[in-house]
Amino acid sequence: MASNVRIFFVGGLISFRALFNWIKPSLYIPTMFGSPLFQIFFFVYLGRYAHTGQSDAFFIVGNAVQVCAMSSVYGMTMAVANERQFGTLGPLLASPANRMAVFLGRGVPVLANGLVVSLFGFLVGVVFLHFRPAPSTLPALTLVVCVTALACTTFGMVLGSIGLYGKDFFFIANLAYFLMLLLCGVNVPLEVLPGWLSAIGRCLPLTHGIMAARRIAAGTHLSSVSGLVLTEFGPGAAYAAAGYALFRVLEGASRRRAVLDTF
Amino acid sequence: MTPYLRIVWVGLGLRVKEFTVSRWFLLMCVLQPVIFASIAFYLFQAGGRSGTLLYAALGAGMMGIWSSTLFGSGGALQWNRWQGTLELLVGSPPPFIVVLLPLTLATSVTGGYALIATLVWGRVFFGVPLHFAHPLAFAVAVPAAVVALGLMGLLMASSFVLYRHANALSNLLEYPVWVATGLLFPIALLPGWVRPISWLLAPSWGIAAIRDAALGHGAVWFPIAMCAAVGLAYLLLAAFFLQTFERAARARATLSLT
Repeated sequence: MASNVRIFFVGGLISFRALFNWIKPSLYIPTMFGSPLFQIFFFVYLGRYAHTGQSDAFFIVGNAVQVCAMSSVYGMTMAVANERQFGTLGPLLASPANRMAVFLGRGVPVLANGLVVSLFGFLVGVVFLHFRPAPSTLPALTLVVCVTALACTTFGMVLGSIGLYGKDFFFIANLAYFLMLLLCGVNVPLEVLPGWLSAIGRCLPLTHGIMAARRIAAGTHLSSVSGLVLTEFGPGAAYAAAGYALFRVLEGASRRRAVLDTF
Repeated sequence: MTPYLRIVWVGLGLRVKEFTVSRWFLLMCVLQPVIFASIAFYLFQAGGRSGTLLYAALGAGMMGIWSSTLFGSGGALQWNRWQGTLELLVGSPPPFIVVLLPLTLATSVTGGYALIATLVWGRVFFGVPLHFAHPLAFAVAVPAAVVALGLMGLLMASSFVLYRHANALSNLLEYPVWVATGLLFPIALLPGWVRPISWLLAPSWGIAAIRDAALGHGAVWFPIAMCAAVGLAYLLLAAFFLQTFERAARARATLSLT
């Protein structure tokens, strides 16, 4: 039990340091802070020009929450799929370590990083775009961002597991990241999207978390959006289970097809 | 001169073929622009600004050209380093700029797919009217913009050699240029100090030329001439940088260091 806990925390941290491509400050700062900074500006100005009737806060909250996916989706994809890219997947799978601890432990640093990036996104709104949530809303807002980042991380686990088998995992991660911008109500309200697109959006992480965050930032009490928070948490747990199942299935498939070390 | 032109032409064809079968470029040049175009279409429709749909389609297409140029040209030297081909390219008889130019031009030419993709996507799914006010000027503006971006890519490729993590710089620069060059909203919305910066950037002249030709606003030929002017300036700067950095890299034996 103790070794599983150690693998979960220590192994997760070591794997993050080893496999997160952007860990160096010269890579981390431009990618994790620079890109979200200008993403928020871009969509706020686009929203102003489009005269959608939404306030700047709509775009600030949407994008500040969404940028956690920068860490969660890409980071989690790297945390699993880079094992193959870096040629360490074979030794990892040959070890007797508990797979659940190996797999889920990688999500903890990624989740923490996602929270930092989201926090930075909100700070951008506060400092540059006059976003002023009431101080009393901050604990609830933090909780919602945590749940949303968790759901995004588990979604990243699914994508990372696919990377155990397929070669183009960055293609899939990028496509998922961009589609989230369109489908999850980050910038386009779900009621504006065609029904089938908004239905897809409701199955993805972020969507309900962003709805809840917007309402909380507007002054609604957490209890009034608890349904949305639970709905965000539900698919997150389902993605974690699916990601782990996929990890085990594709691990077996990679062994059978002898593609563990191909990239 | 003719052998150099042949190198550029053959190299351009080869690189465009190479990029066309790359999934990464498919993402940058087709899928990403279409997703951003869709976001813009929905937002403009929600705002009751349906007359701006062609404006959005052209802007999203130019966003794709910029992304393709940024990631392709920004990473050009790095990719060749990783593949161990940089020394061969530098050591070949033609000047290095003649070898590098087709690569960076190919990234912007391949990015041209983005413009086609957003226009077709807009026409088919959003009913964007494809009526161009000045078709001849449009036919000149698009290649002028693409070449100007390719030359900007050459400048980036030559200057990113100083920065070992060029991919991070590429990640950083995608959105700022979308913002500062008014690809999906006018620069007039931004603070006044952004405007002089936009004058230095090829995408702002490129999109102005393409939009003026398509929508019939403003003086069409002035932004086309500015594409040529900034393109020439990029070429001269890139030639200077490449000469300087190539010599320094040879002297310090750092050419192949990743």
